Amino acid sequence: MSRPYETREHDVLVVGAGGAGLRAAIEALARGASVGVVCKSLLGKAHTVMAEGGIAAAMANVDPADDWRAHFRDTMRGGKFLNNWRMAQIHAQEAPDRVRELEQWGALFDRTADGDILQRAFGGHTFKRLCHVGDRTGLEMIRTLQDRGVQMGFHVYMECAVTKLLTDGDRVCGAVGYWREQGRFVVFRAKSVVLATGGIGKAWKITSNSWEYTGDGMALAFDAGAELVDMEFVQFHPTGMVWPPGVQGLLVTEAVRGEGGVLRNRLGERFMERYDPEKLDLSTRDVVARAIYTEVREGRGTEHGGAFLDISQKPAEYVKRKLPSMYHQFLELADVDITKGPMEVGPTCHYMMGGVRVDAETAETSVPGLYAAGEVAAGLHGANRLGGNSLSDLLVFGRRAGLAAAERAGRTGPGAFDERQIDEATAEMLAFFERPDGESPYAVHRDLTETMQSLVGIFRNRDDLESGLAKIREFRDRWDRIRVEGSRLFNPGWHLARDLKAMLTVSEAVARSALRREESRGAHSRTDFARSDPTWGKKNIVVKRVGGAMELSERPVPEPPPDLKTILEAP
Amino acid sequence: MSEARGVPARSRFGATLRRDAWWVEILPVVALLGLFAIYATARAFEGRYFEWGPYVSPFYSPLIDRGHRWWPFSPALLILGGPLGFRATCYYYRKAYYRAFFLDPPACAVGEGRHGYRGETSFPFVLQNVHRFFLYVAIVFLGFLAYDAVRSFRFDGRFGVGLGSLVLTGNVVLLTLYTFSCHSLRHLAGGQVDCFSCSASGRARHRLWGWASALNERHGLFAWLSLVGVGLADLYVRALARGQIHDLRLL
Amino acid sequence: MKEAVLRVFRGTADGGELVEYRVPVAPGMVVLDALHHIQGYLAPDLAVRWNCKAGKCGSCSAEVNGRPRLTCKTRMDSLPADRPIVVTPMKAFPVLRDLVTDVSWNYEVNRKIPPFSPRAGTDWKMSQADVDRVQEFRKCIECFLCQNVCHVLRDHGKKREFGGPRFFVRVAALEMHPLDGLSRTKLLKEELGLGYCNITKCCTEVCPEDIHITDNAIIPLKERVIDDFYDPLAKLLRKVFGRKRT
Repeated sequence: MSRPYETREHDVLVVGAGGAGLRAAIEALARGASVGVVCKSLLGKAHTVMAEGGIAAAMANVDPADDWRAHFRDTMRGGKFLNNWRMAQIHAQEAPDRVRELEQWGALFDRTADGDILQRAFGGHTFKRLCHVGDRTGLEMIRTLQDRGVQMGFHVYMECAVTKLLTDGDRVCGAVGYWREQGRFVVFRAKSVVLATGGIGKAWKITSNSWEYTGDGMALAFDAGAELVDMEFVQFHPTGMVWPPGVQGLLVTEAVRGEGGVLRNRLGERFMERYDPEKLDLSTRDVVARAIYTEVREGRGTEHGGAFLDISQKPAEYVKRKLPSMYHQFLELADVDITKGPMEVGPTCHYMMGGVRVDAETAETSVPGLYAAGEVAAGLHGANRLGGNSLSDLLVFGRRAGLAAAERAGRTGPGAFDERQIDEATAEMLAFFERPDGESPYAVHRDLTETMQSLVGIFRNRDDLESGLAKIREFRDRWDRIRVEGSRLFNPGWHLARDLKAMLTVSEAVARSALRREESRGAHSRTDFARSDPTWGKKNIVVKRVGGAMELSERPVPEPPPDLKTILEAP
Repeated sequence: MSEARGVPARSRFGATLRRDAWWVEILPVVALLGLFAIYATARAFEGRYFEWGPYVSPFYSPLIDRGHRWWPFSPALLILGGPLGFRATCYYYRKAYYRAFFLDPPACAVGEGRHGYRGETSFPFVLQNVHRFFLYVAIVFLGFLAYDAVRSFRFDGRFGVGLGSLVLTGNVVLLTLYTFSCHSLRHLAGGQVDCFSCSASGRARHRLWGWASALNERHGLFAWLSLVGVGLADLYVRALARGQIHDLRLL
Repeated sequence: MKEAVLRVFRGTADGGELVEYRVPVAPGMVVLDALHHIQGYLAPDLAVRWNCKAGKCGSCSAEVNGRPRLTCKTRMDSLPADRPIVVTPMKAFPVLRDLVTDVSWNYEVNRKIPPFSPRAGTDWKMSQADVDRVQEFRKCIECFLCQNVCHVLRDHGKKREFGGPRFFVRVAALEMHPLDGLSRTKLLKEELGLGYCNITKCCTEVCPEDIHITDNAIIPLKERVIDDFYDPLAKLLRKVFGRKRT
């Protein structure tokens, strides 16, 4: 049975309108392609607006000694050398140009006394490297890109979700989606598709991510046969709010520590002295998150199970100027004046280092015609991402993905797909309404987030991961029985039901990869394998769909060439 | 949207889901502006009791044709247009009276139920755009009033201080604060400059703009204080001139 | 556990009603938490827009007890507990479903505004003093609460003639950008209907980002329009000394 749908056609279809998606669209437009951008929310609301600290780029405006080599080295060290070295190199080399470009499109960064872009210190960065706008850098970036794209004439399909990629043989040639507003179906034909859907944080209970971050892109790519890599590396940001309950997990920017904020436990000790005596509060995120978690577990946590983060030793005016949204966030939501007293913070699920495996030069996935950039893609960050490297990642690889996607569109024709693919996709969406009775998607989602939080969290072990996987299998069965009430008209329960499918896929990939990697490295900490293992340090875990099932394999980490090795070995 | 149960229709006057007494916001504006308008009109036409000793009522300053050689009516009518125009076109008072007297809107998120709204795009309200010219006039008036204030310290050719001297001086101070916190002045001082750091004059104007901006934040407050101040100053001079009270001589 | 009673608009453009829900109250809870509770346990199809839940994205705009608010920043304990909390969609925009409104008009207005156009030969140096003024406008999260509360749109429905406070803020950011070389005063006067604004300041009152929309964006823009269209003296000076806007 064929259900009604409308058809849209573009050279390049970009899925996701955060920093990476918008930058990809702008580049594809600049290359003369017709571009459609699909996003689940309204334009300009993507999670990029939440990025606070800044964009890492070795512009050397504040620290003249900084250069791309230092940035490259910091990124590789932060990622425990599991990174794709070529991506790290490209990223470090191109980030400054991408930042300048933003400025040329109207972004207004904070300035140095000389009139250049001001840069601040951040965890894991040797030099003051983060270009920023107070603590709302992401908003500045997305607004700049949004206006640029609108002016250049991209077509935005707002509040529209893609549920399946259409394939022609082994290549991607479009996507099926639906309008969240009316619930009607839409088919996009495109010569290339860029995934820029962000992360997977909504599968955890305590998370800084919004409802959108359900691993859509990774699941779409996986279903289309693309390889996922490094799925065990989920970043828990060390500082999320812990109180009151409604805001638990809400991000407290690392810029607080970048501007001089200090972590203390209930006893008033600067506990980071024990975990990283050299970098202290500005150690990498994995280290700080584990440190806070350990302090709490060992009984030195605050009243609500966190650590104190204190910036009140700085002048109140300075704090309000450099961290305005943090100031308001705590004042309005937690009744805490951060210029006078400490914040209570604890780890919160924040970022996915793993994702779709891509080519460093073109951001193309292992499926022809399918590209991925930003958080949905993997490789740049390895086992742990440095703060500030995400925004620059979006710009550098968003641009490369858009460029390659447009070039491909210039040399290939539109693919052909059979209607069966569309039928399957629409049938799956409508099945939720057709069941006479069943469970609420919200109940399944609640249980999934509890499971991921407690069994696939910061510290992991074999028993937990195995029971986590068993639960995920249960949730799959429950997902098959979900019933959605109401109509197709803007129905959040229905939207969640379909997002859950993606979350289940990525949750399984995360848990299975975490079970496979029998060592601790970066953001992946196994209590039963507490040390790093040099043999695992040379392997990435790849997840792929083979014959309808998820299969894992190990692949050697690519070796950097000798000249880059010399850079990495420098002190 | 057709009217939903429990949700008031769009544009009926006063339609709102607000729970607070929104109309309380406009009552003081109605009372004060109304009172002042009545008093000022009566005084403008009165044509008497505007001088006592070294004091001149600010309603009558500068005093033109006091001997009624060519203007048979109250001399206040010759000059009041200046300050009146300045206040009538003032960005702060516009907000106040559009809300309180034109109910346009009566309060935020409260229905108006009016149609044919043209805002300040057509006559008469398009004339609000002349505000800066009234500013120029107001600055000239400040000069006259400052002169009056200085003169109020001379009693029969000798320095002295009466309560009236302080009243007239206070009046000029308040009017100065009100005038120099004006939005148009803020614009002319530096608001119209796009790049302050591009030239030496730009840097100077940035400083001026900074001062004007600091004052401008309290423009509403100065508007009320100076309104009450000028009214009381006139009342004081009038009461002296009618012999109802005696000036308190301090020095 | 303490309970709160919410009366939430349920319906579409064809009409609807306020439906009552009882929600347990936790410390520090905001109205959006209560709406999420309703979705999770009582009415899974309650339509609500939200994203960051931290006052940074401007998605969850609605009217709480008749006042335009971000529901993620409206604390339950700031509302009177003795009466039900009434939550309705933004009034100035057509309802799609429940609390979700059609805000697409805003995106159409935005398209009319010519983008940042750098002056030729700039060296891209800017001082913080120049940037400060514009950064206030760049804080805008596009929640459209200012558009919603503005009586020109809300009561008079001037969507064809008028751009609304959000876009005056955007134009102000461009006009006062130290390196921008375009003038948009004609656009302001003719297409965006700046003159319809009677500066009654409700936009400033509801702005969750605390942008002084009226004093810092709209009035300075009105003054710039006056410079170009209503001030013969300024025109004369420009004629004599040449146009100089740096």
